[in-house]
Amino acid sequence: MGAIYIMWLRQLKRYWRSKSRMFGALGQPILFLLALGFGFGPIFEKAGGGSYINFLAPGVIAMSILFTAMFGGIEIIWDRQFGFLKETLVAPVSRTAIMLGRTLGGATVAFLQGIVVLFICLLIGFRITSFWYLPAALLFMFLISLFFTAFGTAIASNLVDMQAFPLIMNFLVMPIFFLSGALFPLTGLPSALEVITRFNPLAYGVDGLRGALGGVMVFGFGWDFLVLIAVTIAILLIGGWMFTKIEV
Amino acid sequence: MNAIISVTDLTKKFGKFTAVDNISFEVEKGEILAFLGPNGAGKSTTIKMLTTLLPVTAGSILVNGFNVMSQPYDVRKSFGIVFQDPSLDDELTAYENMEFHGVFYGVAAKLRAERIMYLLKLVELWDRKDEPVKNYSGGMKRRLEIARGLIHHPKILFLDEPTLGLDPQTRNHLWEYIVRLNKEEQMTIFFTTHYMEEAEKVANRIAIIDQGKIITQGKVTELKKQTKTKSLEEAFLKLVGHSIRDESASAMDQLRMAKKMWGRR
Repeated sequence: MGAIYIMWLRQLKRYWRSKSRMFGALGQPILFLLALGFGFGPIFEKAGGGSYINFLAPGVIAMSILFTAMFGGIEIIWDRQFGFLKETLVAPVSRTAIMLGRTLGGATVAFLQGIVVLFICLLIGFRITSFWYLPAALLFMFLISLFFTAFGTAIASNLVDMQAFPLIMNFLVMPIFFLSGALFPLTGLPSALEVITRFNPLAYGVDGLRGALGGVMVFGFGWDFLVLIAVTIAILLIGGWMFTKIEV
Repeated sequence: MNAIISVTDLTKKFGKFTAVDNISFEVEKGEILAFLGPNGAGKSTTIKMLTTLLPVTAGSILVNGFNVMSQPYDVRKSFGIVFQDPSLDDELTAYENMEFHGVFYGVAAKLRAERIMYLLKLVELWDRKDEPVKNYSGGMKRRLEIARGLIHHPKILFLDEPTLGLDPQTRNHLWEYIVRLNKEEQMTIFFTTHYMEEAEKVANRIAIIDQGKIITQGKVTELKKQTKTKSLEEAFLKLVGHSIRDESASAMDQLRMAKKMWGRR
């Protein structure tokens, strides 16, 4: 237990101390909110979709969580390079505990980043219709954080250097983001695209988050929650197993 | 005879390549053993197996009476290690790095605080304990790593090229600490180095590995007598030859190069 806690604490300290990373990570969501939010706003409204900022905000929150969480998981590669990974692997602590502490720490960081972006959304003009569902919104934010940190960890367990990083960004993270319903509604899509979105875990996260913050849902809370919990447990098991296979 | 490490018929294969080829040796309790060999001879691979980081292909290793394959947690509690390359978290302070290690090794809070203070004073870093490690020089980082490796009171200390890239003053200082630990705490020291004069001065016994095989072991005087040479360096060169060994750059080395080129993130 102590090991999980200190690993979690370490991830938080690292996040808190790299202020440039913290603020840098806010640039992207702000750009998306301002450029897309106000750029597409008029068209979206004419098409009868209502306020685009209100539609977009949960998507942008999910986006910032996705990027922070994935990066937090992939950071293992840096630990490997700086040698700190070895220090943890020779300790009399099970690898499952190390992986769990790391993942919880990374997820907490991504979650906090999501909260900050939520506040920025409110500043820019996003309105939450009902505060009763706020706990549900926070729950979905945390599940997205947890899933994608574990996902990043699982991927990074199989990589020895950063060479594959652009590959992961362009062929995994970007498609996950664009096909999640963060930017446009998932209804009335061409059927091939629709099928793909159904296999995207983030689509359920965005859907649940949007619903909880007062927007229109596609899948419904129950389904969103079940899918996210299931894939999170699955990835924790797979990632945990891959982490035990790491050799340094 | 009172062996704290006993290695029997140890072999490690990576695919078809045999990195360590059926070696056997023992390390006595309280002795200082220098494990020498040219680049790529199998030193680091052997250390990784001794410290449970790599599974063995064949043979057995007992560390402090525990089997590395079947009792890894007991083995890990028995030793401290200073790796060839840095293994500190640069973003954390010296104290936090020590604290992290203490918690990971299950040292109780009060005892942990006492030992951290004692050890940081020992390596003369107490005054700068709250500074992030990224501000430290190479020598300070090494001293911190040694101090960190001792928090859980290990029976054995592994040092993989601990003095690589350090100036002579820092090197002398480091060996002073290490020899003192060996004398006062009866701590067994197992180290590798490329500086033969260090090994000659510090070690009670030498083992030389080349191409995955231990080619000789014994006291410095015995090795010199055996090869009819005046210094350990001459003896070493006579035993392993003068040709330069190739060692393919691992992905990790390339990454390190990239880091040097691009600087810190």
